[in-house]
Amino acid sequence: MDFNLNKTQELFRQMIREFAEKEVKPLAAEIDEQERFPQETVDKMAPLGIFGIPVPKKYGGAGGDNLMYSIAVEELSRCCATTGVVVSAHTSLCMSPILQFGTEEQKMKYVPKLASGQWIGAFGLTEPNAGTDAAGQQTTAVLDGDEWVINGNKIFITNAGHADVYIVIAMTDKSLGTKGISAFIVEATTPGFSVGKKELKMGIRGSATAELIFTNVRIPKENLLGKVGEGFKIAMMTLDGGRIGIASQALGIAQGALDETVKYTKERKQFGKAIAKFQNTQFQMADLKTKIEAARLLVRSAACKEDEHVANPKVNFSADAAMAKLYAAEVAMEVTTKCVQFHGGYGYTREYPVERMMRDAKITEIYEGTSEVQRMVIAGKLFGKIK
Amino acid sequence: MKILVCIKQVPDTTEIKIDPVTKTLVREGVPAIMNPDDKGGLEFALQLKDKFGAEVTVITMGIPAAEVILREAFAMGADRAILLTDRKLGGADTLATSKQIAAVARQLEWDLIIAGRQAIDGDTAQVGPEISEHLGIPQITYVAGLEFDPDTQTYTVTKENEDGYQVLQFQGKALLTCLASAVKPRYMSVGGIVDAYGKEVEVWGADRLGLADEEMGLKGSPTKVVRSFTKELKAPGVIHEVDPEAAVELIVAKLKEKHII
Repeated sequence: MDFNLNKTQELFRQMIREFAEKEVKPLAAEIDEQERFPQETVDKMAPLGIFGIPVPKKYGGAGGDNLMYSIAVEELSRCCATTGVVVSAHTSLCMSPILQFGTEEQKMKYVPKLASGQWIGAFGLTEPNAGTDAAGQQTTAVLDGDEWVINGNKIFITNAGHADVYIVIAMTDKSLGTKGISAFIVEATTPGFSVGKKELKMGIRGSATAELIFTNVRIPKENLLGKVGEGFKIAMMTLDGGRIGIASQALGIAQGALDETVKYTKERKQFGKAIAKFQNTQFQMADLKTKIEAARLLVRSAACKEDEHVANPKVNFSADAAMAKLYAAEVAMEVTTKCVQFHGGYGYTREYPVERMMRDAKITEIYEGTSEVQRMVIAGKLFGKIK
Repeated sequence: MKILVCIKQVPDTTEIKIDPVTKTLVREGVPAIMNPDDKGGLEFALQLKDKFGAEVTVITMGIPAAEVILREAFAMGADRAILLTDRKLGGADTLATSKQIAAVARQLEWDLIIAGRQAIDGDTAQVGPEISEHLGIPQITYVAGLEFDPDTQTYTVTKENEDGYQVLQFQGKALLTCLASAVKPRYMSVGGIVDAYGKEVEVWGADRLGLADEEMGLKGSPTKVVRSFTKELKAPGVIHEVDPEAAVELIVAKLKEKHII
């Protein structure tokens, strides 16, 4: 067992770290303050191939793996969690299900545009009455001749309004429960599709989070993703991959806060010495560092398991992804909260980035399955069926 | 168009530490990077590749671990990479280094050679110009801009001087040394990184250079380092806040005190 990155992954980590430090970090406070989507960063990432990391070259991707993708989201989020989630939602929630469940025609039509960053992707599952209980879908899709007609509303959709293509989950036969749910590929230019209210959020404020409105949206029959009735399974499997992205985001936020705090505590003097010299600082920071390293091993292990799954679909990584996300998100919340404390009054101001990181960290315990949902997934795997 | 780009691996630090016993740079624990001016030169070459389809070959001389900067160059878009490495070449000063690189260049096809102005470890700015002397081709140093007109086969170069810029034109073969500050090198692309370790780095040893032993490495290096040291900080100066007339008297008095006037 080798815990080290290979040479390719290490070269990639260096590139993405440099890119994040030079191009992403200087904008992080501004896009948070202005609640502005970082379009200029998207335009810089696209030609480098950052929107198509784990995509085979055949489909216009970089030909990398999910571990590299995880490293990218981690390093971007270390400087700016908003930028991390733009890439994560695009890659895990839109491109990945097309690659995994799409027909060859669908892959050739959509993936090259997404992998090149020419198009941005998003995913619509959550509804006002279908959050953690995702089976309660009220959006409907009805087959009318050669077209599916979609009606309904989705909420809290990441990249909404900036995405060109959406994976949309809708009920095709309510009588069948979760087996009556299907998945569709919807282009943003389709008549009847619109983006509604943008949410005003606590953190990741540069990320566009908004409502999707479907009013008699007619899409070609061939835009069904997978088979009729497979939508719930597709959504859940998509979220397994998405959770590795969010776990990577949480890990990056935690690492970013720790790095800022190491720097600050070495500079900040109280009682005549740097506060990093106090044993209370050292012991607490040692604990945080240890937890971040543990989270990193869980996240990378889950990403490697997903790569195994890509090679052999029988390999299941649901629980690995859930454990990585559960732990990394809780570590991110703990680390950022303590890092604000180390900064004292300054940490509570927007002069320093740790308050933003603390606000950003909270969402990682909520979206793409709350920490409670992760525990359900992990316990389900642990106990199996209980008589 | 074929371009040969000379690059060097250097320690990534502005605070160079010198080993007090060996008088050489301490490289342990310091991350190694592609020298910034060389990376600027590579970017100029890759821009010519983007516009005119130039074939870009990168060459470095160094320890086997220097291979990583050649992989980086592949990931940025270079087509071919040569690593010149051999114990016989160790300890080379700028004269021996330039002879060795020129010996490689003689065996390759190229229209243009691009090097960095100087490396951040040695700071000599000698190797590029010396290569051009060995090869008998013109050189333009301190290059801050490079254009090419395919119709007239003319290069237009902006050369930075202390007090301004010179714009020069030339045709035919030449060697340019480039400034990092003049250009923003591209990032490695993700696809380029994925492919970088699958490409061949050609490893050349001293036996391929056709040079006599006394021309290579330490033996071929007339430069002797007598002493290297980290400059000690001087005491802070004294600030006198006085009106101009008093200042004149003060300065004259101080200069007399030091027997300068």
